[in-house]
Amino acid sequence: MVGLQNAVNNWPLAVAPDWPGNVWWHWVVFTLIIIVFFLFSVIMFIYMERRVLGKMQARIGPNRVGPFGLLQAIADAVKVLTKENITPTNADKIVFWLAPAVVFAPVLMVFAVVPFANGAVLADLNIGILFMVAIGSLSTVGVFMAGWSSNNKYSMLGAMRMVAAVISYEMPIILSVAAIIVLTGSMSLNDIVLGQQNYPYLLLQPLGFFLVFVAGCAEINRSPFDLMEADSEIVAGFHTEYSGMKFAMFYLGEYGEAVVMSTIIATLFLGGWQGPFLPPAIWLIGKIFFVFFIMIWTRTTLPRVRIDQLMALAWKFLFPLALINLFATGIEVLAFPDGIPWYFIPVNFAIGIVLVLLWSRLYKVGWGRVEIE
Amino acid sequence: MNNYGKGIIKGMRVTLKNLFRPSPTTQYPEQKLTTSRRIRGTELVWDGEKCTGCATCARSCPQGVIQIQTRPGAVNNDPSRYVVDKFEVDSGYCIHCGLCVEACPYNALFLGYIFERSKYRRGELVMSKEDMSIAKETPSGYYHPELAEKLPPQTLLVDREKK
Repeated sequence: MVGLQNAVNNWPLAVAPDWPGNVWWHWVVFTLIIIVFFLFSVIMFIYMERRVLGKMQARIGPNRVGPFGLLQAIADAVKVLTKENITPTNADKIVFWLAPAVVFAPVLMVFAVVPFANGAVLADLNIGILFMVAIGSLSTVGVFMAGWSSNNKYSMLGAMRMVAAVISYEMPIILSVAAIIVLTGSMSLNDIVLGQQNYPYLLLQPLGFFLVFVAGCAEINRSPFDLMEADSEIVAGFHTEYSGMKFAMFYLGEYGEAVVMSTIIATLFLGGWQGPFLPPAIWLIGKIFFVFFIMIWTRTTLPRVRIDQLMALAWKFLFPLALINLFATGIEVLAFPDGIPWYFIPVNFAIGIVLVLLWSRLYKVGWGRVEIE
Repeated sequence: MNNYGKGIIKGMRVTLKNLFRPSPTTQYPEQKLTTSRRIRGTELVWDGEKCTGCATCARSCPQGVIQIQTRPGAVNNDPSRYVVDKFEVDSGYCIHCGLCVEACPYNALFLGYIFERSKYRRGELVMSKEDMSIAKETPSGYYHPELAEKLPPQTLLVDREKK
């Protein structure tokens, strides 16, 4: 009975360390579980995005295939699989074929370090968060490969924009994550989640949450920052020349990155698997979907920014605020080495709001756009 | 104090409100809105009892698509009427202007209430007098307010919002 209780509490990676025999076969089983979970949540994300987007734009969204249109993503996948697979004549063939895999694989790898319950991690690396950040930005290489090998100016432009955006937006993400590491004193994601026993880091790091959310949206090309596939300017960006299954890989990778970014935010700021009553994994999944809901919400509402605005937002707004946030967190941790008391929650919110308001004074409508009379 | 993201918050409120509002979309083949009572529908409705075969409608038609063929002979012992042998409209040419309805001195011609009359073959668009018979088809209230009164009121999206 106790074993059952443990299994329920630690679902889905319940009995991993105690399995008999060699370590490799339970590793294979749980890798499979994670891959299936990942693909399933990508499909659910696509469905949720299309339905919620539709609702928010006063439409209905897909509701024909299956109950409530749940099978729409599968129908799309079948359609895209049966399409012709075109490779441009002057494309760099090997790189062209390799790029979708290079985009997709790192996205999947990030889930190796995400804890689904206390200790239920595929690989509890002591540098988990470093691994996450490093692997997470690897897919940019794949995007650039796609843009370069397509031998198409729009693909190249989209890929260049992607690289510029990711390099710029890594900076505030890493600095905000550094503030979390300062708070926890550990880079292991399991320890970071355990450190949120009393209250989630959202309350201690409201500004950090804001920065990571905005920069995260930019890094995974979600709508206010989806310049690399701005269809009104550069057709479809780096995947202009792709069709069939190779395009589907990019599409999956795009939503996979959204899953990963939601997972990172849910783990770092919303307390990961922590939560009462329900099993931990359910809490984590719920939080992932909540973060993704906010992403959909901003996507529906906000129009696309210009490339110079994208850069200005990263370097003039998010970067200095992230530095100040790291500095303030450092002072707080130095002042209260045994844990930051609860009355710092409103103080942190006040610091965040005041900083955002102060920095907003540096911006004008149009962000330096010059009108030619 | 401006440019601190007030517009963003405003916009996000609008989209959030839409999330909890019923969608104005009508799922057409399953759900149908009641059309206007004065709709100029896709066919003519012809009342053989009232028609005297005077061919005013045929003359008023700007497209010249009403073909009418008559011969003398008392109908219902009324010597002023002609026997209408043929009353045919190629609705492929009809522009639904309603001039024939307005011109008819005997109130024998109406526009149709139905709008779903697409066909697979052009030949099927030619309507004979049996196809247009008032016994089969509902006339719309166009130019005939007394008919419009009897038809159900049009569905308005404003009304659906209230429910």
